[in-house]
Amino acid sequence: MRRPAAAALACLGLALAACGGDDAGAAREQVTVSAAASLKTAFTQLGRSWHGADARFSFAGSDDLAAQIRRGARPDVFAAANTALPDALHDEGLVEAPRVFASNRLVIAVPAGEEGVRGIGDLARPGVQIAVGAPAVPIGSYARSVLSRLPTAQRAAILRNVRSEEPDVSGIVGKLTQGAVDAGLVYRSDVRASGGALRAVDLPDELQPAVAYGVAVVRDAQHPEQARAFVDALLGPQGRKALRAAGLDPPSR
Amino acid sequence: MRRLRRAVFPAALVAALTVALLFLTIPIVAIFVDTSPGELLRSLREPESLDALRLSLTCTTVAVAIIVAVGTPAAWLLATRRFRGRSALVTLVELPLVLPPAVAGIGLLAALGPRGLLGGVVEDLGIELVLRTAGVVVALVFVAAPFYLRQAQAAFEALDRAQLDASRTLGATEARTFLRVAIPSARHGLLAGLAIAWGRALGEFGATLMFAGSFRGITQTTPLAIYEQFATDFPAALALSAVLVAVSGALLGTMKLLGGAPGGPRAAG
Repeated sequence: MRRPAAAALACLGLALAACGGDDAGAAREQVTVSAAASLKTAFTQLGRSWHGADARFSFAGSDDLAAQIRRGARPDVFAAANTALPDALHDEGLVEAPRVFASNRLVIAVPAGEEGVRGIGDLARPGVQIAVGAPAVPIGSYARSVLSRLPTAQRAAILRNVRSEEPDVSGIVGKLTQGAVDAGLVYRSDVRASGGALRAVDLPDELQPAVAYGVAVVRDAQHPEQARAFVDALLGPQGRKALRAAGLDPPSR
Repeated sequence: MRRLRRAVFPAALVAALTVALLFLTIPIVAIFVDTSPGELLRSLREPESLDALRLSLTCTTVAVAIIVAVGTPAAWLLATRRFRGRSALVTLVELPLVLPPAVAGIGLLAALGPRGLLGGVVEDLGIELVLRTAGVVVALVFVAAPFYLRQAQAAFEALDRAQLDASRTLGATEARTFLRVAIPSARHGLLAGLAIAWGRALGEFGATLMFAGSFRGITQTTPLAIYEQFATDFPAALALSAVLVAVSGALLGTMKLLGGAPGGPRAAG
């Protein structure tokens, strides 16, 4: 009777770590990677081409993944859509020294075929419906830093048009592809990953925030060797290729 | 030896119940153990939490009112008539019970979203649902209604036929019998169904997020606020969770009290 309870608790732990746990493929060592939702295409691709270990991914908002690690979840690798979260976890002694592995650009995404929004100015028009990320998730804080560079009146008009603050980029993309909103602030790579459902409207350079992705091996990881190998692969040619194919850029520095 | 063997099964039953109880209550206990009274008060003063709680109460109240108004007569029909395809109909009505909330959200978008099956009709009527408070109510009604319907149907089916027939023999119309005899007699079951539907609506997360989005004061109900605070302020998320558990618990308790002591015409689950 103890054993089912233990198994149930273990399941709960696994669900918390969101690493969807069955033991298929136990022959190869596993590596569990908690990664920002915007990395889904790139990492899934890398997981297929890299054979260092059986890579299992958990994609969500970087802030939620960081919160899970703070609450005791132990994935092997943490990859965030900013450098602030890995740096903070490093300062708290939860992950090893983070490394920057990619950069991205923010764009205005609109449903393909819609011509109503051609630039940031159009977002301020009354009646335009916008989805952004919640303030705590990187895509939400980048969106706010874009808006903070606009004149106050324009920024206020755009904020009045915000209809939803989504917990991760997938939420924004979903609202866009369903036509629930007219525009959203997402990464350029998200538009690429939408397979033609979305169209990107570029933001001027002076509004671009520096979007850098940080990755770190988690302290006390269960598979530290595989974790380091994964990070090396990510920073190597294989990783660069997968990232570029998904619409992400190499680190800017 | 035989006595020992006879004791094994009851012991196993007790052990199973113990495991079930522990597993089901530990997370709830942990929420309250980890939340200090100070945190609880702080959370209740947080404008974001207050907005979420207010929105949750409004939306669930409206949703439950709709569910009861439409669900009670619908359940009466299902309980009192025998017609071809009835069991298929009952299954259809109960289908949302087993639907994952995310699927419910996708389904609602595919049906009522701007690009959905009936999106044009909804738009022509001048109704806006997606990313609106009305959309939250739609999502809540969709996920919670089957809980009430099921319970209400069972409650009506358990009624004493003789009593209903007597009412009719004495000249009461069916409408009058339904309102004056059936509903009062079935109130325990109806209130139990109402409490479960209300509780389910209060806890709704996935369908709301997908169909109505998350915006403070407009569509961000308490579970969505808890999810947002989870990443930034775990103690606040815990405190808000404690409040939600307390509200749901109070609701369940109140309905039990209103329904009176069990023992009357009870609904078979």
